[in-house]
Amino acid sequence: MAVTGLLLVLFLIAHMLGNLKIFAGAESFNHYAHWLRELGSPLLPAGWYLWLQRGALLAALIAHIWAATVLALRARAARPVRYAHRRKVQGSYAARTMRWGGVIIGLFVIYHILDLTTGHLNPVGDPTRPQANVVADFAPDRWYVTLFYTLAVVALGFHLRHGAFSAFRSLGQQTPKGERRAKNLALVFAVALTAGYLVVPFAVLIGLVR
Amino acid sequence: MNLTLRIWRQKGPEDKGRMVTYQVEDVSPDMSFLEMLDVLNERLILSGEEPVAFDHDCREGICGMCGLMINGDAHGPQRGTTACQLHMRQFSDGETIDIEPWRARAFPVIKDLVVNRNAFDKIIAAGGYITAPTGSAPEAHSTPVPKADADAAFESAACIGCGACVAACPNGSGMLFTAAKVTQLSLLPQGQPERYTRVIGMVDAHDEAGFGGCTNAGECTVVCPKGIPLNTIGRLNRDYLAATAKNGGKPGS
Repeated sequence: MAVTGLLLVLFLIAHMLGNLKIFAGAESFNHYAHWLRELGSPLLPAGWYLWLQRGALLAALIAHIWAATVLALRARAARPVRYAHRRKVQGSYAARTMRWGGVIIGLFVIYHILDLTTGHLNPVGDPTRPQANVVADFAPDRWYVTLFYTLAVVALGFHLRHGAFSAFRSLGQQTPKGERRAKNLALVFAVALTAGYLVVPFAVLIGLVR
Repeated sequence: MNLTLRIWRQKGPEDKGRMVTYQVEDVSPDMSFLEMLDVLNERLILSGEEPVAFDHDCREGICGMCGLMINGDAHGPQRGTTACQLHMRQFSDGETIDIEPWRARAFPVIKDLVVNRNAFDKIIAAGGYITAPTGSAPEAHSTPVPKADADAAFESAACIGCGACVAACPNGSGMLFTAAKVTQLSLLPQGQPERYTRVIGMVDAHDEAGFGGCTNAGECTVVCPKGIPLNTIGRLNRDYLAATAKNGGKPGS
């Protein structure tokens, strides 16, 4: 979980930084998208780097989901008779929403790819003009799209809040002082990433990016 | 105090079991939770009914025998307290209290509120010991131990093996128990020879017993009557990573 999660987190950071290019203007954003396709040339033919990255991400994602499924099935098997009186969460809320939160994020990723990568669910859907796709996507009259994105990104924030802490722990973080640091770091990281992702749709919504 | 109790009754391991409601009158707030159950049992015996079976021994909070899920809380609402040390003043008059046994596949119910915790013994047998002949207590200064290590080892050694961590874990994992036992030995010089075979053996025994996997949810440390900290699991993870790198994941020397 920890290793595959951290690989996916690296992508999330890069993806968020790429998104923020939209504040540098339409041309810069579109150029960034084209640059991604040419990355690695002349070593690699055009588009290869992107497909290599997609392949690696898909492998990490499948391994991540597989590990989560194994854990969920083990948890289910470990308590065949449930409690009649189950107290609410006493540890961390983020920790207890990892599984369903992960499912929500997974569904969102599928929608997101159909929306802004392939363009099937996008009102513009022109792969050569990514900036126009984004602006059309989060237009004020499509507020429900922005709402769904917000919910998904907040779910991602919760997922990262526990996921990052838990990854440190799995990889051997062992002192009480380090635990406080790891928890704070995970919280700051989750909030920063959530904010970084949400600033784009809201900037479009209020007309800052057009 | 007058209370309504909903207690899990199960005649034996094969019985399906059910929640049964009892009324207990005239409970003193100064009674312990187990004394309150004693009062109920006296009354059940007098009226010719089967008393409620529950585990207990020292009633001083140090033996680890008692363990009840009280209103969904392992060992009840008071933190750092075993069920035997919990007093009825923690509850209010007229309250309904749900009492259930620990729920885990590795802890099958023997009768009513009594569960079989042999799975913990199997984990200990898989490495929770040192093989050096110890004899009588050695001179304390002969093997110096850094104070911080001694303190952390002692903190883990406080584990009484009651099973509350498993009962509270959303995954039904016994990792806090296993980690406490691993940490206690791996921090001390006497525990070094078997350090990296111990952790593999104990984690394997834990998984084999049917406990779930740890996801660092942190519910265990909240209910632990001895306050074993969650970071002991990090110590176990660190040893486990080192052990798999060294021994290729094989238990035994």
